[in-house]
Amino acid sequence: MNSSSLAEQFKLPESLKPGKIALIVGGAGLLLSAVGFFVDAKQFYHSYLAAFVFWTTIALGGLFFTMLHHLTGATWSVVLRRFSEAIMVILPVLAILFLPIIPGMHDLYHWTHEEAVAADHILQQKEPYLNIPFFLIRAVFYFGVWFLLARTLKKYSTQQDNAPEPSLTDKMRRFSAPGMLLFAVTLTYAAFDWLMSLNPHWYSTIFGVYIFSGSLLSVLAFILLAALYLRGKDVLQSVITLEHYHDLGKLLFGFTVFWAYIAFSQYMLIWYGNIPEETEFFLQRWEGSWKYVSMVIVFFHFALPFLILVTRAAKRNLALMKVMGFWFLIIHYVDIHWIVMPTLHTEGFSLSWIDFTTLIGIGGLFVWYFWKQFAQQATVPINDPKLQSSIQFTNA
Amino acid sequence: MADQEKKVLGILAEFANPAELVKAAKEVRDHGYEKFDCHSPFPIHGMDEAMGLRQSPLGFIVFFMGFLGLLGGIALTYYVAVIAYPLVISGKPFFSFQAFVPVYFELTVLLSAFGAVFGMFHLNKMPQLFHNLFYSDKFAKATDDGFFVSLEGEDPKFDAAKAKKLFESLGASSIELIEGE
Repeated sequence: MNSSSLAEQFKLPESLKPGKIALIVGGAGLLLSAVGFFVDAKQFYHSYLAAFVFWTTIALGGLFFTMLHHLTGATWSVVLRRFSEAIMVILPVLAILFLPIIPGMHDLYHWTHEEAVAADHILQQKEPYLNIPFFLIRAVFYFGVWFLLARTLKKYSTQQDNAPEPSLTDKMRRFSAPGMLLFAVTLTYAAFDWLMSLNPHWYSTIFGVYIFSGSLLSVLAFILLAALYLRGKDVLQSVITLEHYHDLGKLLFGFTVFWAYIAFSQYMLIWYGNIPEETEFFLQRWEGSWKYVSMVIVFFHFALPFLILVTRAAKRNLALMKVMGFWFLIIHYVDIHWIVMPTLHTEGFSLSWIDFTTLIGIGGLFVWYFWKQFAQQATVPINDPKLQSSIQFTNA
Repeated sequence: MADQEKKVLGILAEFANPAELVKAAKEVRDHGYEKFDCHSPFPIHGMDEAMGLRQSPLGFIVFFMGFLGLLGGIALTYYVAVIAYPLVISGKPFFSFQAFVPVYFELTVLLSAFGAVFGMFHLNKMPQLFHNLFYSDKFAKATDDGFFVSLEGEDPKFDAAKAKKLFESLGASSIELIEGE
C-alpha cells in the first residue's frame, strides 16, 4: 500500500474533527478564574499554579513517553505514538499559560520578599539560586528545551508520514538520547523552582523524580482515556487492541508502585533524619484536615490501585481501565494540590471554586489543542517500519 | 528386568514445521485428549491457544507468597523491636514501622521471587530426572530441529491404534510408539 492510501485509511473521520467546545469551556474557565483573581488574588495564584503544574506534568509525560518509545525501539507503542506526540506539542502553549504566574510570584513564593530574605540567613544563602531574574531565566530555558525537543520529534515524525524513510526512525532515536538527559534535568529543576520553592527552607533531592513519576502515570491515563474515547466512536478499534490496553495497564500498575517507592523514599529519609528544615514539609501536611488528604494519597495513589490492577483480568477489562484512567488523573491532581496548597491554607484542607475554574480553564485549552494536533495527521504513524507488527502485537 | 514385557507408555509424532505442529495441537485438543504435550526447539506463537492451555496460576502463587513475606516482615520486626529487644532509638516509638518498610519490601520481593522460581518448578513438575519420552531416540531432536506432539498412555482416552490413525491423518512425518517397562 502506498502512503496516500494509508493516510486515507487512518484519517480521523469528519464527524470527529475538533470542534470548539473544549476551547469555549477552557476560555470560560479562564474568564471565571480571572474573576477569582479580583475576589482573592492569593487563592487564584495558588489554584492557578496547581492547575498549571497538573497539566504541564501531563504534557511532559507525553514528551517522555515519545522519547522512551524511540529509545527503546518499542513495537507495541507505535500505534499510541500519535497520542503522546500530540500531547507533547502542547508544551509551547503551556509556556504562554505560564505567564500569569510571573505577576503572582510575590503571592506564591516567600523568597521573593526582600524583607523576608534580609531577616533569614538560610534564604540569604539560597539567594544566588532563588532570585527573581534567575527564576525567570530558568523558566525560559525549560520551555525552550521542551519546545525544541517536542517540535523536532514532531517534525521528524511528520516527515516520515509524507515520505517512507526508515532512517528517520533512527534519527528520532539519536535525537531522543540527549533529549532524555535534558528532559531529566529540566523537569527536576522545574519541580524545584515551581513547587519546592513554595517552602523555601525545605529541600528534597528526590523531589524531581517524585513529580516525574506522577507525570508519567497521568500521561498513561490520558492516553488510555483518549484511545478509549476513539474506541467508543469506532475509530482505531482493530488497531489499538486489547493487547495495547493491557500494556498500558501494566505500565500504570508498574508506575504506581514506582511512585510509591519514590514517595516513600522521600518520606523515610526525612522521617529518619528528623531535621527541622526537612520535616517541615510533612508536618504541614499532617496539620488538621491535611492529614486526611495525606492518607487519601497513600491509599488512592498506591494501595488500592495496586490491588485493583494486580491481576491480568483487570488490565484486560476496558470498563475498569476507563475508571482507572480517570482515577489516576484525579489522584494526580490531588497530589499536586497537596504539594501546593498547604503553604496557603496552613490550617487545613480547603477547596476553593477557583481550583475548579483554573483546572477546567487550562484543561479546556489543553484538550482542545491536543485534539487539534491529533486530528491534523493520520491517527497512527503510517510509515513507521514497525507499524504492522505493532498492530498485530500480542502479549504472550 | 530384561525379560519383563514392554508396555506402550505413549505415542510420539513428529511434524515437519511449526505451522504443522500448531495445527496438529489444535486437532489433538479437539479430539478431547488431555495428557498431551508439544515439543519444539523454540517457543511458537499461538501454541498456548492451540493446545488450549489455561492461564498459568503462577501469578497467584507469587502474590500469595509476597503477601506472606509482607506479614512475615511485620511479625519479625514487631517481635524484634517490641518483644525481644525493645530499644529507644532517637526517641521514636518501639514499633516504628516507617523504619521497617524496607524490610517489608525486601521480604515481600524475596518471597515473591521464591514463589515465582519454585512455583514454576512445581508447575513444570521439576526436577524430574526421567520421563517416558526418553525411551525414544528421535526425541532428542526436540532441542534441535524436531517438532513433536506426544500423547501419554495415562490419558483416559488413550488408544494407541486410534491415536496413530489421527496423527497419520494430520500428516505426521514419523510416528513412534513409546515402549518401556
